[in-house]
Amino acid sequence: MIELKDVHKTYTRKGISNDALKGINLKVEKGDIFGVIGYSGAGKSTLIRLVNYLERPTKGQVFVDGHDLGEYSVKDLRAAKKNIGMIFQHFNLLESKKVFDNVAIPLILLKKNKDEIRRRVLELLEFVGLGDKAGSYPSELSGGQKQRVGIARALASNPSILLCDEATSALDPQTTRSILQLLKKINAEYNITIMIITHEMSVIQEICNKVAVMEQGRIIEQGSVLEVFGHPQHPTTQNFVKTVIQNSITSSVQKSITKEPGSGIYKLEFVGETASEPIMYQLIRSYDVKVNILFANMTEIQETTLGKVIIQLQGETAEVNRALSFLENSGVGVEEVEKHDVNYSYN
Amino acid sequence: MMSTTVTTDQFMQAIIDTLYMVGMSLFVGSLIGIPIGILLVVTRPGGVLENKILYAIINPIINIVRSLPFIILLVAIIPFTRLIVQTSIGTSAAIVPLIIYIAPYIGRLVENSLLEVNPGILEAAEAMGATPFQVIWYFLLPEAVGSLVLSLTTATIGLIGATAMAGTVGGGGVGDLAIVYGYQRFDTFVVIATVIVLIVFVQGIQSLGNTLARKIRRY
Repeated sequence: MIELKDVHKTYTRKGISNDALKGINLKVEKGDIFGVIGYSGAGKSTLIRLVNYLERPTKGQVFVDGHDLGEYSVKDLRAAKKNIGMIFQHFNLLESKKVFDNVAIPLILLKKNKDEIRRRVLELLEFVGLGDKAGSYPSELSGGQKQRVGIARALASNPSILLCDEATSALDPQTTRSILQLLKKINAEYNITIMIITHEMSVIQEICNKVAVMEQGRIIEQGSVLEVFGHPQHPTTQNFVKTVIQNSITSSVQKSITKEPGSGIYKLEFVGETASEPIMYQLIRSYDVKVNILFANMTEIQETTLGKVIIQLQGETAEVNRALSFLENSGVGVEEVEKHDVNYSYN
Repeated sequence: MMSTTVTTDQFMQAIIDTLYMVGMSLFVGSLIGIPIGILLVVTRPGGVLENKILYAIINPIINIVRSLPFIILLVAIIPFTRLIVQTSIGTSAAIVPLIIYIAPYIGRLVENSLLEVNPGILEAAEAMGATPFQVIWYFLLPEAVGSLVLSLTTATIGLIGATAMAGTVGGGGVGDLAIVYGYQRFDTFVVIATVIVLIVFVQGIQSLGNTLARKIRRY
């Protein structure tokens, strides 16, 4: 659907060149909600602008629906853009036009007739929940409503791709959630592929199925959201994950951990099914070990439960080992950790 | 009571002449100046029709014309004026230099108004695959209308000032009246009357412009 092959982007200003993107490879499949996350300056804005060629790559290729955008003539490129909707952080609505006319603009550009425009615009406004706002000016709307107008406008030309450039960054958390739900509905009902860039991990957690983490013009980690949330490899990714999944032992608990002979600290990971089975109960009933839960957290990602538990096990070495293999056989990820790195290591 | 040699008819004729000169030169000046302003914005580096050569030609020409004081421009282009209107004196002859004076000024004002338009809106236009003409027509101009009205108001007031100097070529108008009767013949009444008329003109036009702009920019 969308594919970037070894894309570089260099800005040169007054003889000083600045590499915004350094060899990006990325593939978004049809129907994906693909999230790109990174701190500001990571190059994610440049990245999303390459997908509709608002920015041209210095090197490398951008494919949309199998076509290299660089090969298109100016006219064909304009036609291709009608297939890619875009929404913005600051909405970019025409302040001088009513909501109706804002949503109608892509259709006017396509030279559709008046009746058709009217029908389509009202249908779109109904879909985004602004059926009663056709006659309002953008300045009379709240941020969330403005973004809904932006979404309706982006969908007007029936695109198969929707690009979201920090679309919720100017909104409060509750409005953000409602806009994300709307995007999810668009993805499900119209089968529109969505690419979203953000600096908020909660956005990724809430709606994305795939994620790429960017830093300094490079993608440092990418994969399914479950994979990346479950096993973040890069420190930056770990920092992002930390913002939505609390996964460290509180300091008072950490102080109270005593290293008794024959005891060890283990990180357990439950994914999906295993998170709903009474494994802890079986562990305590069947094995002669003392189980001390130091930390536990359950998160839902992509309708899959991800549980992280840190326990201290104490008992005979052989019994502890048997208990551990029971856990592993039950599909629980087990890893022994030292007291001092309980706080910092995730995997 | 101050005595005056100017008749009411003369005074009315002067007001009509001023309105005629301002109206005509504003109209034709806008026809030339607005496209110049648009051209400046779209051809500038990063514009939707970026054209370094065109921009490098128009930009300095405007600066040159704009740097000439109107009274000098008026005299300097007399041959050109004669070519266009077959005469170098009278109201019609004053309109030619007025247009040449005001068109680049309007061009600059329009340029400034258009540059105020939120670049995000132009980015949205480009993302929609709008042609450069569509960007100008459906995005740039509608968003700038309120500001353009204020720009033209400023230009109109500038023109009223310039018409006063048009008396030098026998252009007529209230400014001419003030110089010929008021200043040269020490007719204080005419001076005061013309000043009042000019103040009323300027105030009226500014208020009209402000009201119009506020109505348009009701957002």
